[in-house]
Amino acid sequence: MPDTADTAGTAQTAGTADTVGTADRAGTATGGPLLQARGLTKTFRVPRSASGSTRLHALDGVDLTVRRGETLGLVGESGCGKSTLARVLLMLERPDAGTLRYDGVDPFALRGRSLLAWRRRVQMVFQDPFASLNPRMSAGELIAEPWRSHPDLVPRAERERRVHELLEKVGLRAADARRHPQEFSGGQRQRIGIARALALDPEVIVCDEPVSALDLSVQAQVLNVLTELQAELGVAYVFISHDLPVVRHMADRVAVMYLGRVVESGPAEEVFTAPRHPYTASLLSAAPRPPTAQDDGPSRRIVLFGEVPSPTDPPSGCRFRTRCWKAEQVCATAVPADEPAPDGPQHLAACHLPIQPSDRGGSRAAAHE
Amino acid sequence: MNGQATPGTAAGNGTALEVRDLSVELSTPQGPVRVVRDVGFEVRSGQTLALLGESGCGKSMTAQAVAGLLDPVAEVTDGQVRLQGRDILRLRRSDRRSLAGPELAMVFQDALTALNPVYTVGSQLAEPFRIHERASRRAAKEKAVELMERVGIPEPRLRAKAFPHQFSGGMRQRLLIAMAVALRPSVLLADEPTTALDVTVQAQIMELLAELRRETRMALVLITHDLAVVAEQADQVAVMYSGTIVESGPVAEVFAAPRHPYTRGLLDSVPAGHPRGSVLPSIQGSPPRPAAVPAGCAFRARCPLARDRCATDEPPLTDTGPGRASACHYWKELADA
Repeated sequence: MPDTADTAGTAQTAGTADTVGTADRAGTATGGPLLQARGLTKTFRVPRSASGSTRLHALDGVDLTVRRGETLGLVGESGCGKSTLARVLLMLERPDAGTLRYDGVDPFALRGRSLLAWRRRVQMVFQDPFASLNPRMSAGELIAEPWRSHPDLVPRAERERRVHELLEKVGLRAADARRHPQEFSGGQRQRIGIARALALDPEVIVCDEPVSALDLSVQAQVLNVLTELQAELGVAYVFISHDLPVVRHMADRVAVMYLGRVVESGPAEEVFTAPRHPYTASLLSAAPRPPTAQDDGPSRRIVLFGEVPSPTDPPSGCRFRTRCWKAEQVCATAVPADEPAPDGPQHLAACHLPIQPSDRGGSRAAAHE
Repeated sequence: MNGQATPGTAAGNGTALEVRDLSVELSTPQGPVRVVRDVGFEVRSGQTLALLGESGCGKSMTAQAVAGLLDPVAEVTDGQVRLQGRDILRLRRSDRRSLAGPELAMVFQDALTALNPVYTVGSQLAEPFRIHERASRRAAKEKAVELMERVGIPEPRLRAKAFPHQFSGGMRQRLLIAMAVALRPSVLLADEPTTALDVTVQAQIMELLAELRRETRMALVLITHDLAVVAEQADQVAVMYSGTIVESGPVAEVFAAPRHPYTRGLLDSVPAGHPRGSVLPSIQGSPPRPAAVPAGCAFRARCPLARDRCATDEPPLTDTGPGRASACHYWKELADA
């Protein structure tokens, strides 16, 4: 694959390529697609009983695009496959079917140095800052650790200065380099996690619930750090969260997942103010309204029946139909395709009976009590 | 303490639970640490009081002290807990235990660890009736099934024979609520009852709690860190910081015009209401560790209003208007702003 050789070249001249890359990214703030997933499918074998095992459908034909410098919000309830998707994007999990393209290159086809170079470009910030940092390493060692795998990225003599720079970038002090994780609060630890991800100068950072372990007052600090870093470095985020107000604040575009499928995606404002998939609508209306929320949300609360069905035995057709108040015969037989909104070509929903703008007047969607 | 105010509505008719000057100490290898300091509040029958605060502020410890479920390393050092006028902290152990269920019940955050894994849920739900009402095995089972039906568990008769691990998170939380309300308590303490659940299930559980509260006119104390849950569910709110209540009053009033800089800071840090991608106002720093609460006001190191007086005088929770109280020397500046 010619593209592969290209990436390998970048790796060998990582030092210079980086500066070029940074300038390039700053120029194309919301540039073209960087990461493109098509039809990603992933199943796991889970033991069911002594007699045999069953397959858990974690991802089922997921399409996703991440553009340069943007934030893609990934929303869904537990078990919807958002963490599995993140693991595939990071190449920690190989999909059973579907393709992943990073800058046109299939990372799963890479080997050796070119694979190593690719790994540098996609990094991760974890949910739990108490579990994800080695307590026996100092903050400085934690931030410098990624350079063990990528020794050419920062010259040895430069490293200490670079660690201090990274600490200051995320709002800590250079002197904090000598302290250990347990000497920091949750918010400060999460900053260390962010600095560690930044150490390799990535193009995409997958943030898996980066603030859900933090208290509200600290959460805002960490979100601000992420926002500022993006403006400065042009890094793209895949921002996974169950907290809709947080996603709404951070995301340029958003993808809503349900039982292994993306049911709705599009520009964040369009999805949040005019959801088309009944699941999105119910998710938005179910979240309690913060006291400071603008009054543009659903006017009536939709309380869904029941719970998410097991991913080992998903419903036929539309996976949401068992909880959907609009479901009809067709929903059980045919898998709905992604259809763009009449007034928004980027706003896709996979629903046979999408919510129409006319439904959204006074009584949005017939809610069942 | 002079001018000490008590959150909640005026004392008198219908006060189901009244807590006064409650203090809890934790014994640690470094010596005793006061984790709850002079906490007071009131809840009336049929009303909801939210104890709002971030992790480590002492809200769960307060609830456990009220319920008499403190860990042995923690101890109530001072205060009163009045249930229907009676100070239950002065009761004998056995008398107090007899109140657990018919008078005061608690719903915990983690439903899986709160249920016994080796008994069927039916027999666990039947237990309160067996113990408190001395019901026969058969009658208690029957009541357990009714209860499961009431909290929305499908096929209750069949599911009563199942074990806790065979239920989903939301269903377990329903079971826990069923168990807590079995004997129609006058006060229900719910400690983060929906934190571990997905939003669509969270909405179901909050709706169930609200229904039960209306039906039985029980007083609900909702312990939470979620401002949105408070805004939607509670009548009164008491904001806790560093082991003590710093502001209290009717939810709508407190959220519309907070009178403590901490409450103000919390409300400002909610992303909703700020333009997308804008810098969120945040409270600088983090709360003090309970063992190292500074002299004076515990919030002063993070407070935009702090001045010299805050380092020396601890502001008491003082009435600032009908039903409202704040523990800030300079609350008027917030009210006027």
